[in-house]
Amino acid sequence: MQTNVLEYLEQTAPRVPDKVAYGNEDTEVTFGEVLRNAQAIGTFLKRQGHYKEPVVVFMRKHPNAIISFYGAVYAGCFYVPIDEEMPKHRIELIFQNLKPHAIICDEFTAKEAGAFAGEGKIYLYSDICTTEPDPALLQEVREHAIDTDPLYIVFTSGSTGVPKGVVACHRSVIDYIEQLSSVLEVNENTVFGNQAPLYFDACLKELYPTLKFGATAYLVPHDRFMFPIKLVEFLNEKKINTICWVVSALTMISAFKTFDKIKPEYLHTVAFGSEVFPIKQFNIWRENLPDAKFINLYGPTEATGMSCYYKVNREFALDEVIPIGRPFRNTDILLLDEKNQQAAPGEPGEICIRGTAVTLGYYHNPEKTKKAFVQNPLNDAYPEIIYRTGDLGRYNEQGELIFISRKDYQIKHMGHRIELGEIEAIVNLKEGIKSACCIFDDDKKKIVLYYVGEVTAKDLTAFLKEKLPRYMIPNHMEQMERLPWTPNGKIDRSLLKRMYQEKK
Amino acid sequence: MEALLEILKELHPEVDFETCDTLIDDKILDSFDIVTIISEINTEYDVAIPAEEIIPENFNSAEALYDLIERLQDED
Repeated sequence: MQTNVLEYLEQTAPRVPDKVAYGNEDTEVTFGEVLRNAQAIGTFLKRQGHYKEPVVVFMRKHPNAIISFYGAVYAGCFYVPIDEEMPKHRIELIFQNLKPHAIICDEFTAKEAGAFAGEGKIYLYSDICTTEPDPALLQEVREHAIDTDPLYIVFTSGSTGVPKGVVACHRSVIDYIEQLSSVLEVNENTVFGNQAPLYFDACLKELYPTLKFGATAYLVPHDRFMFPIKLVEFLNEKKINTICWVVSALTMISAFKTFDKIKPEYLHTVAFGSEVFPIKQFNIWRENLPDAKFINLYGPTEATGMSCYYKVNREFALDEVIPIGRPFRNTDILLLDEKNQQAAPGEPGEICIRGTAVTLGYYHNPEKTKKAFVQNPLNDAYPEIIYRTGDLGRYNEQGELIFISRKDYQIKHMGHRIELGEIEAIVNLKEGIKSACCIFDDDKKKIVLYYVGEVTAKDLTAFLKEKLPRYMIPNHMEQMERLPWTPNGKIDRSLLKRMYQEKK
Repeated sequence: MEALLEILKELHPEVDFETCDTLIDDKILDSFDIVTIISEINTEYDVAIPAEEIIPENFNSAEALYDLIERLQDED
């Protein structure tokens, strides 16, 4: 039984040592190089006395950053990716939480990292990757490793403004990668085009299946996502056939009629998630790639990335949402109602996750951990942790799981229980609307709608009155040029709410 | 040109768009800015920027963007 993610690398590298594992615009590293350099870094870190502690990888998005992750794991440590583009304040908070002793940098980040390092030592990748690997030392580390040891920490935003570090172990990641790979049908011919930053769990989808199958993953340069034709050109140039992107990256291509000029020639698997895919845009993708598989993914960082999947197998009307489908094998979903009982069939409940993929909790944060990682309320016989997502879901007539909205955005208004997400979904149906977000003014009990699109508030209200009960019509509407986004590519609802309150 | 500068200044009040010609090279604009600018130009100048014109050269300076708008208007 596999107990360490490095076994993927150790089985694949001798088989295809000269094949490209990871690349970007102008660099490619082979599996042989990944193995050698990761072992070099592991040897170096262990000799410096770093063991069973967080190793910060503070580098530009580059294949060498990925090698550094594996290097930290070889040393018996766990990696924490930090990106140069993260806001300074956020990095400070993360360092306060971690108090790291080791920070791996490249020549572009070393100076900046110095400002945060404190007691921690800064190592340059280019220096430490030349260490001669010491197989005996690495073997000794491995003999004491178990599969519930941490593999990485990634930070996710906390509602209070302090990021929470989600700690995931080897066993969770191995479980996730096995199940995800079978859903995406990854094999050695897979060529991934990675979009997600390396400091999110989203990049696990490309990093580890690549190791497992001896596939290849290209890191798509960030600026390509500003220029739709250049983006598709990159996909074609690198013969990318599989992508797992946020919806906004996909609609950047479809919304500007890019397919009239250029089509992705090799793309056969398109996975998406984190947001609702507007059906209008989704249909453009489907029409232009009729033979491709489209897969909706859903899941929280706290359950190692993705927990549910839905392979699109039918047409969707413009007012439908694409289901999140069903859990991966070896993951179970409980829908719990307000009394902590299973929701009745068809009724909404909080999506709670059970399984090996549930992570270890938040680093140095027992209070927040206790709130979200809880004893399964359906089991009073023995300890069993489930993760409460705070997302509401329900099963449709076909037995597919549907994401309704965040639990936090449920409001009580004029005696009615209202999901703000539902109002937004209807607003998005209106011709000309590009995006919409509702917040609730708790003091004045007003539903406030922010929207982007060439529609007057007057026309929009008339439209909504046809679709929604009177009590769900927003009391105040504001047209905006764009809505603020979180680094995850979701609409930043809490920022909107703060803006609204400041304006008052 | 004035209207275009207004659009850009709304997005990034701190940038001197009259002289800056590295809006893309220096990562001043991001993908959401690009989407916003395209839709604003569409409203203000009644010009739809096609995908093949959404390239760094056309977005690196206000001047380049304005040249693009004029060119697209002439083509109509």
